[in-house]
Amino acid sequence: MLKGGVIMDVVTPEQARIAEEAGAVAVMALERVPADIRAQGGVARMSDPELIQAIVESVTIPVMAKARIGHFVEAQILEALGVDYIDESEVLTPADEEHHINKHDFKVPFVCGCRNLGEALRRVAEGAAMLRTKGEAGTGNVVEAVRHARTVYSEIRRLQNLDANELYTAAKNLQAPYELVQQVAEMGRLPVVNFAAGGIATPADAALMMQLGVDGVFVGSGIFKSGDPERRARAIVEATTHYNDPELLAQISKGLGEPMVGIEISTLPQEQLLAGRGW
Amino acid sequence: MTAGILALQGDFCEHEAILQRLGVPTQQVRLPKHLDLVDRLIIPGGESTTIGKLLVRFDLLEPIRQRAGRDLAIWGTCAGAILMARTIIGGIDGQPRLGLMDMAVRRNAYGRQVDSFEAALPVAVFGQPPVHGVFIRAPIIESVGADVTVLAEVPGQQGVVAAQQGRHLATTFHPELTGDDRFHRYFLEL
Repeated sequence: MLKGGVIMDVVTPEQARIAEEAGAVAVMALERVPADIRAQGGVARMSDPELIQAIVESVTIPVMAKARIGHFVEAQILEALGVDYIDESEVLTPADEEHHINKHDFKVPFVCGCRNLGEALRRVAEGAAMLRTKGEAGTGNVVEAVRHARTVYSEIRRLQNLDANELYTAAKNLQAPYELVQQVAEMGRLPVVNFAAGGIATPADAALMMQLGVDGVFVGSGIFKSGDPERRARAIVEATTHYNDPELLAQISKGLGEPMVGIEISTLPQEQLLAGRGW
Repeated sequence: MTAGILALQGDFCEHEAILQRLGVPTQQVRLPKHLDLVDRLIIPGGESTTIGKLLVRFDLLEPIRQRAGRDLAIWGTCAGAILMARTIIGGIDGQPRLGLMDMAVRRNAYGRQVDSFEAALPVAVFGQPPVHGVFIRAPIIESVGADVTVLAEVPGQQGVVAAQQGRHLATTFHPELTGDDRFHRYFLEL
């Protein structure tokens, strides 16, 4: 049960143990964090199974791993390795420019990225058990995660104000299955949990996303690209719990050392933006 | 009567929604000051290592233990059941726990996420129909002391999935994720 928790990107068993010790509810096993994928370029693929296995064996909390969008064989391999969740991730280079993985074919649950409600519901229709905002991974800049979370939740609020006749057109405009649109309008929330991801670098970023309404937080490059990963990891876990308590957030945010260096997203060339991947 | 839900991490909102549906005033417990406002406490499903560490960091562990010995009924579900156990098998070194029930609980007893399952659980104190048990990376109660009453087992499987010791309750599954509120009503009577 991951709700209200923090999921941390790790590239070694040692980092996975630091994350567990800090109070992470799960880790994402990777060869390179998004900031390095961004810096090094080239095709980013599923990580080496040996590394994933070593991380699985090093902690008692759930382990996630990333497959490329549409690469169902990478997903089959990750399922065979016994990972607890697969992230079909735009951070890796897409393997299919039209189709996402049919996630109903798998027993292992999937998490997928979304920028808006239509994208979120298309992923749920394909079998995703969990969603996350895409944000703009590896930038240490929370602005895109905020945009995606605000978009999803305001679209949900809008649906709640439509009458039954208008929901058909809403489904058409969202390019999402009518049944899911109707369900969201009725419940006033997504059918699965939605975490924040992409650019979260400080305890305040985590609390901001929680106050905007997400169910939990992914931190990618933000922890192990910072000056003092242990303290920052612990502080982000604490801020995710006490996201509504400014006095406590002030305490939690003190003396954490250098955060990761951020990137102003408008300075990135269009082809280096990751959030646009996926359809 | 106000029912508290430990709100450090996990599915505390689901528990709170059921209690509110039953007309019980609720209070989310994140700090010691919140504990003073409640007469009973639910520890939700989540990650037991995470909840345990936050219990220590925000000075809740000892106050809860003290209240438990005095006047606080406590119910742990899934991760909460692990925190209630005197002995944790498969935990991390020095994993914090409340240790309020005389039982040994094994973490991730059924395996990994893909080994999660659902099962019909006969519970004698409720009669028919059986409870629908949702087990997510669930623990199991491997052994119980003389003062602990077994409430439920999965038919055909070793081990206990619901147990009671005085006013303390442990379930290794998630009653808060089903529409069945019998465990919640049972706890409110303790």
